[in-house]
Amino acid sequence: MLKIDGIAASAGVAIAPAFKLEHPDYTVKNKNAADPAAELARLDEALATSQQELEAIKERTLQELGEKKAEIFESHLLILNDPELLTPVRDKISSENATAEYALDETSKQFISMFENMKSAYLRERAADMRDVTKRVLTHLLGLNYVNPADISEEVIVIAEDLTPSDTAQLNRKYVKGFTTNIGGRTSHSAIMARSLEIPAVVGTKDVLSQVNSGDMIIVDGLDGSVIINPSAEVIDEYKSKRDNHLRQIEEWKKLREVPTVSKDGVHVELAANIGTPNDVTGVLENGGEGVGLYRTEFLYMGRTELPSEEVQFNAYKTVLEKMEGKPVVVRTLDIGGDKELPYLDLPKEMNPFLGFRAVRLCLDRKDIFRTQLRALLRASTYGNLRIMFPMIATLDEFREAKALLLEEQEKLAAEGIAVSDSIQLGIMVEIPSTAVLADQFAKEVDFFSIGTNDLIQYTMAADRMNERVSYLYQPYNPAILRLVKMVIDAAHKEGRWAGMCGEMAGDATAIPLLLGLGLDEFSMSATSILPARSQISKLSKAEMKALAEQALEQQTAEQVVKLVRGIGQ
Amino acid sequence: MEKNFRITDEDGIHARPATALVNTANKFKDSEAFAEANGKKVTLKSILGVLSLGLEKGDSIKLIVEGDSAAEALQALTDVMINEGLGEVNA
Repeated sequence: MLKIDGIAASAGVAIAPAFKLEHPDYTVKNKNAADPAAELARLDEALATSQQELEAIKERTLQELGEKKAEIFESHLLILNDPELLTPVRDKISSENATAEYALDETSKQFISMFENMKSAYLRERAADMRDVTKRVLTHLLGLNYVNPADISEEVIVIAEDLTPSDTAQLNRKYVKGFTTNIGGRTSHSAIMARSLEIPAVVGTKDVLSQVNSGDMIIVDGLDGSVIINPSAEVIDEYKSKRDNHLRQIEEWKKLREVPTVSKDGVHVELAANIGTPNDVTGVLENGGEGVGLYRTEFLYMGRTELPSEEVQFNAYKTVLEKMEGKPVVVRTLDIGGDKELPYLDLPKEMNPFLGFRAVRLCLDRKDIFRTQLRALLRASTYGNLRIMFPMIATLDEFREAKALLLEEQEKLAAEGIAVSDSIQLGIMVEIPSTAVLADQFAKEVDFFSIGTNDLIQYTMAADRMNERVSYLYQPYNPAILRLVKMVIDAAHKEGRWAGMCGEMAGDATAIPLLLGLGLDEFSMSATSILPARSQISKLSKAEMKALAEQALEQQTAEQVVKLVRGIGQ
Repeated sequence: MEKNFRITDEDGIHARPATALVNTANKFKDSEAFAEANGKKVTLKSILGVLSLGLEKGDSIKLIVEGDSAAEALQALTDVMINEGLGEVNA
């Protein structure tokens, strides 16, 4: 039995055999073969195996996800049997003495490049299907061992170096009971995705992949952030009861779904959710969210080959606003740059992307991109309660310039006779220390603040949140951070504005008593954190927490603050 | 036998209707079916061929069928074009 500590990324306990997910190397090294007949036979065998796999995947997808999702595998099957692909492959083997893998790889590259050069964006994306089918056949020809995450069909815990957002999106909740990775932190994409899928996860273990063999029994404890390899029967029982207790607690939290968030002494605060796509709204409503406190629009721009049109954006914003039925929706304008790149914008690599050309800085330079988004937002505004928020504001001038562009687009729409809501609140993210310090001046011009703690902490502590070697400096409870948060909240209240928080800290059980005491009005978090937070706040008195927060502000270290909060014995 | 169509689908000819066209063409073993568009002629029994035409909304496409069951095959392909919302007959 071996226990490895990592970062708790998604709550819950999972117990299942390990499944190592590693992308193999598809490079074809052997180009020539002596016996064409043998190569043709190898090709046919690999095609037949691939055909069986695809038919099984298609059948399962059909049953679990419906006809529409299964169609993609139907077209993969056609590609696999396509004469336009197989005839040149067979010719290359027979007449050029190519190996089956080389002939396939070369021929398929021509189709990939054909698709990549198509005029239509839709057809360009078909290159991915071609690659997928080619890799499937190459896996057999090269004797590789790779199972696509979507192909997993028995209960497992996925072990990987890292999971890309698309890997994570393909995980089937029915079979993938949990996952654990070598790299990543609480705010990395795979962690965020795990919380929306409600799969227990531990990330940042550094070396879990090398410690585990496929088939080993694994416990992923997403509550404490630990992974146990080959546990004894006794330990398994212990964790089974931990898992069941957690599930029971979740049931209890669900009873709070339709209830507003009120402290023990009767003060209402708003608990909202962070979302990335319109699909996430279902989770917000299921978890009793009182609004959307952060709609990250960058997902609209990712995973495509060109900028999303105004129409595509309008439809996404409209869907979210309609589904939220009049509850407030804070949409953050494009926050690209930093760790989130868009290949098609072709931006130069930067030494310090987090301190570089990103978010509103990019939008004020590429006004074409920004204006399209603002127009789509304004047009959608009549479908619900829209609030617009600019990210990475460092100076008042940036806010004024962004606001001026918004007003220009609003006037243009008015001139075109297109209706726009007249009650859109306009706010900013507070994630740069300069803005937190100058919040009293900002509060005269903005309608609200939303404190983005992930970035505010990394900029205040000068510690890259992606760098595990300095992760000890990611200190949400450091009194320096608490003082900045207090400055922002006080500044908002002085001008009659509201202050929210949309970083990970807003849903953190240790931070919540302090934030309540500091007077935070809106807490925006992962949807799955809302009910536990509501339960916690209902047991806290705001007046008492105010006294606690005042004490916390006078502490010297984060440890002292944590000790103080734990001392109230919630 | 042949018939002309104009593509009406917003996405041009995408994977799902292309799949349906190829599956239908494959049903008629004793006929050959081709599509001609943008100066290129491909067999309808290949999805890569059909997609390689790069068809977009507004483009014209000619379906050509030769063989014993040509009439029946052309009718079946026409049904796919129309039922999938892919195109309209362009006389």
